Amino acid sequence: MEELQVRSAWPLYEVFLRGKRGLNHVHVGSLHAADAQMALRHARDLYTRRNEGVSIWVVAAADITASSPDEKDPFFAPSGDKVYRHPTFYQLPDDIPHM
Amino acid sequence: MTEDEFAAYESLSEEAEDHRWAFGTGFTDPLEGIDASVPDGVDAAALTAYCLALGDDALIYSHRLQQWMTRMPELEEETALANIALDLLGQARMLLARAGQAEGRGRREDDLAFFRDEHEFRSVRLAEHTDADFAQLAGRLLVFSAWRLALFGRLAASADPVLAAIAAKGANELAYHRDYAAQWVIRLGDGTALSHDKMAAALGVIWPLTDELFQADPVAARLPGVAADPAELRAEVDAVLDAVLGAATLDRPQGTPLARVGGKSGRDGVHTEPFGYLLAELQSVARAHPDATW
Repeated sequence: MEELQVRSAWPLYEVFLRGKRGLNHVHVGSLHAADAQMALRHARDLYTRRNEGVSIWVVAAADITASSPDEKDPFFAPSGDKVYRHPTFYQLPDDIPHM
Repeated sequence: MTEDEFAAYESLSEEAEDHRWAFGTGFTDPLEGIDASVPDGVDAAALTAYCLALGDDALIYSHRLQQWMTRMPELEEETALANIALDLLGQARMLLARAGQAEGRGRREDDLAFFRDEHEFRSVRLAEHTDADFAQLAGRLLVFSAWRLALFGRLAASADPVLAAIAAKGANELAYHRDYAAQWVIRLGDGTALSHDKMAAALGVIWPLTDELFQADPVAARLPGVAADPAELRAEVDAVLDAVLGAATLDRPQGTPLARVGGKSGRDGVHTEPFGYLLAELQSVARAHPDATW
C-alpha cells in the first residue's frame, strides 16, 4: 500500500462496474483521485469509455481488508477435499427446469 | 491487467451498435445515411455559415485541449481531458459535414477543417485562447461548456432536423464537460489560499472573452426557428456561472470585454495572434499530404 501511494500524491481507489446485462459489480481496475467524488468521475473517464457500464462503485483501496497470500493454504486448502459441500449428490427429476 | 481481469472487463462490454469510432474504422462521413436536404424555407447559405461557426468553435477548442496531452498533472485527468477533446472533435466533424451539405458545393468536413485560411474560421475568440495554467483550463472550459450547453439545449428543438439531432447528442457530452470543469473551479476556488488566488486570476484572464459569446449574430437572425439568439442564452449561463462561483467562493470578474477589431470579432473571421499558430499546427499534416487517408 505504501509503495503504491508514493507514485501519486492522490490515494488509490478501486473501481467496480456493473454492465447493462450484469447483475453485480465487477472489479475492473484502480485509479488515483483526491477524493471519492473525483474518483467516480475518473472512473467514468477511464473505465466506461466504450459503453461498458451503467453503474460505478469506487472504494478507497486503503479501506479494503484483503486476505493475505501467505495465509492462502490455511484459508483455502481445507475446502479442497470436502466434496460433500458441492450439491452434486442429488438425483434431479427430469421435469425440473433451469438446472 | 492480467488475463483474468481483462476477461472480466471485456465481459462488461456490449456489442456496440455504433461502430463509428473516432479513428481506425475507415468511416468517412459522420452523417452517413442521414437525409441531407435543407428544409423548405430555411436559408441554406445562412445554415452553412451557422453550422460552420459552431463546428469551428468545437474544432479549435478541441485542438487547444489536445495540446494539453502529456502535460496534465495526473494520468487520470489527462484521460478525462482527452475524452472531452474527442467529444468536441466529434461535434466539429458532424457540424462541418452538415455545413458542407447545406452549402451544396461538395466540400467535405476535411476540406472545411484543413483547407480554409484563418479569416474564414468563424469560431469565437474564447475557443482559441491558450490556457497558461490548469486554472485557466478549468475556468475557460466552464464558461465554454456552460454557454454551449445552453445553446445546444435550444438547438435540440431546431427546425433543421440534422442540427437538432447533433445538438441533442452533444448536449449530454457538454453537460459532463461542464460538470468536470465546475468541480475543478470549485475545488481550486474553495481550496487553499494559493489555489483560490490562481483560480481568481485565471477567471480575470478568461472573462474579457466571454462577452463575445452573447453578441448579436446576423447569421442567427437569418435563421428563425433554426438558430438560437445568442443574447437569449445569457441569463441561463449567468445563473450557472454564479452558482459555481458562489460555491467556489470566487467573485465574478469585472473585466472589460476584449475589443473588437474594426467592429469585427471571431464570428467575422478576425482572430487573436495565437490563432495562426494553432491553425498551422492543426492543418500541417493534411496540407503536407493532401490526398492522404488515415
